[in-house]
Amino acid sequence: MSGLTFSTIELLLASGLILASAGLSLLLSLGIHRALLVAGLRMSVQLLLVGLVLRFIFESGSPWLTLALLVVMLTAASYEVGARQKFRLSGGWHFALSGAAVSTATIVVAAFALSTLASTADWTAPRVVIPIAGIVLGTAMSATSVALNALLDGIVAARNGIEAQLALGHSRSEALRPMLRKAIHAGSIPVINQMAGAGIITLPGIMSGQILAGQDPLIAAQSQIYLMFLLSGAAIASIVIAIYIAMLRLTDDRHRLRLDRLKAHP
Amino acid sequence: MAMGNHLVATGLAGHAVGPIDFTVEGGQCLAVTGKSGSGKSLLLRMVADLMPHQGSCSLDGALASAMPAPQWRQLVRYVAAEPGWWTHMVEDHFSDPAFFAAQAKQLGLASSLGRAAPERLSTGERQRAAILRAIEHQPKVLLLDEPSSALDEASTLKLEALIRALMQEGLAVILVSHNPDQVARLATKRLTIGETP
Repeated sequence: MSGLTFSTIELLLASGLILASAGLSLLLSLGIHRALLVAGLRMSVQLLLVGLVLRFIFESGSPWLTLALLVVMLTAASYEVGARQKFRLSGGWHFALSGAAVSTATIVVAAFALSTLASTADWTAPRVVIPIAGIVLGTAMSATSVALNALLDGIVAARNGIEAQLALGHSRSEALRPMLRKAIHAGSIPVINQMAGAGIITLPGIMSGQILAGQDPLIAAQSQIYLMFLLSGAAIASIVIAIYIAMLRLTDDRHRLRLDRLKAHP
Repeated sequence: MAMGNHLVATGLAGHAVGPIDFTVEGGQCLAVTGKSGSGKSLLLRMVADLMPHQGSCSLDGALASAMPAPQWRQLVRYVAAEPGWWTHMVEDHFSDPAFFAAQAKQLGLASSLGRAAPERLSTGERQRAAILRAIEHQPKVLLLDEPSSALDEASTLKLEALIRALMQEGLAVILVSHNPDQVARLATKRLTIGETP
């Protein structure tokens, strides 16, 4: 394969774009230069580290190292789901709920994917398991984060209407159904848009990456299709699990709205 | 005159309110008074089982905790001081949308308001619409939290006439009101809470 690679000089040249953007921010007092530079630096360090770690794990071929890395990824994703939300479930529930949703969806979908790959590749190899789990996890994480945010904001905003329904003798699932639907909708739109626009509006990342690395475009497209199905499945599963656990936690068996189990984050 | 609809509250307590005991039965209006912040709304919400609490409530001997909460709240209905709305038109908040139009006039509401969005109504119109919504399925007990705080004199009297008529048919009422004249007109018994013993 005549893959395209990028040397240190090329990376430094590309970083000039970030520096130019930061300069623009200074010039126009946009106030984003610091965040932009920190994020750019963080991204570079993180990715280079991951590259090194992955190279090490791939060379070792150890299933235990692979497993350990997956656990670290799942833990980080569980934390990230709730990291920038205005409202969170109190008492460790936020982390537990995010972890349950994202991990279950990722493990089920990744296991399904890897078992369907069993005939064509060595599916236990770290270089197969880790990228698949990683991309599935990332999508499940952001979809769940958006959905959970929509649910908690929505419930807090519609609190009086929900309580009025409960007071009239509606059940908790009747009273919260519109909120659940809105939240699931909000979380799944990006994934659906991504599928609908794939190839026409954007060339998806995996496909672009494979083409740049020298792969035949049709084969690259097939990998992208395969992954898109996995991503959508994982995102929807994770959203639904998270939303239902949150709904149960924010109500109780006497059909009360339990916003006392929610805390606001400044 | 025994009208049934006998609500008994025993040791109701929670969130620094209570313990409180009282009884009220069909045809009676129990007025709950006490300073702002003494927990009058909390008490009503505990009776409706809308918040966790200690103690128990029963209606004609049947414990709230022994039946599904939605069933209890169909018998014992709470109307909040600022009632909530959840869908596009006022009449869609009723099981039978025609109920609003049929009943609106007796509270001085235009029946056309049924097809308006709740946020287009004035606070007082929403208060009255919420009372109609609460009585649609003939509850046994009505828990009214400041039902006429945004009403003028004439509308207040119309509302009281409706409540009195329902009491004559056997409704029991627990009323939280800051209006001493209203308490004097409606109450058949009183409960003062928040006094330190």
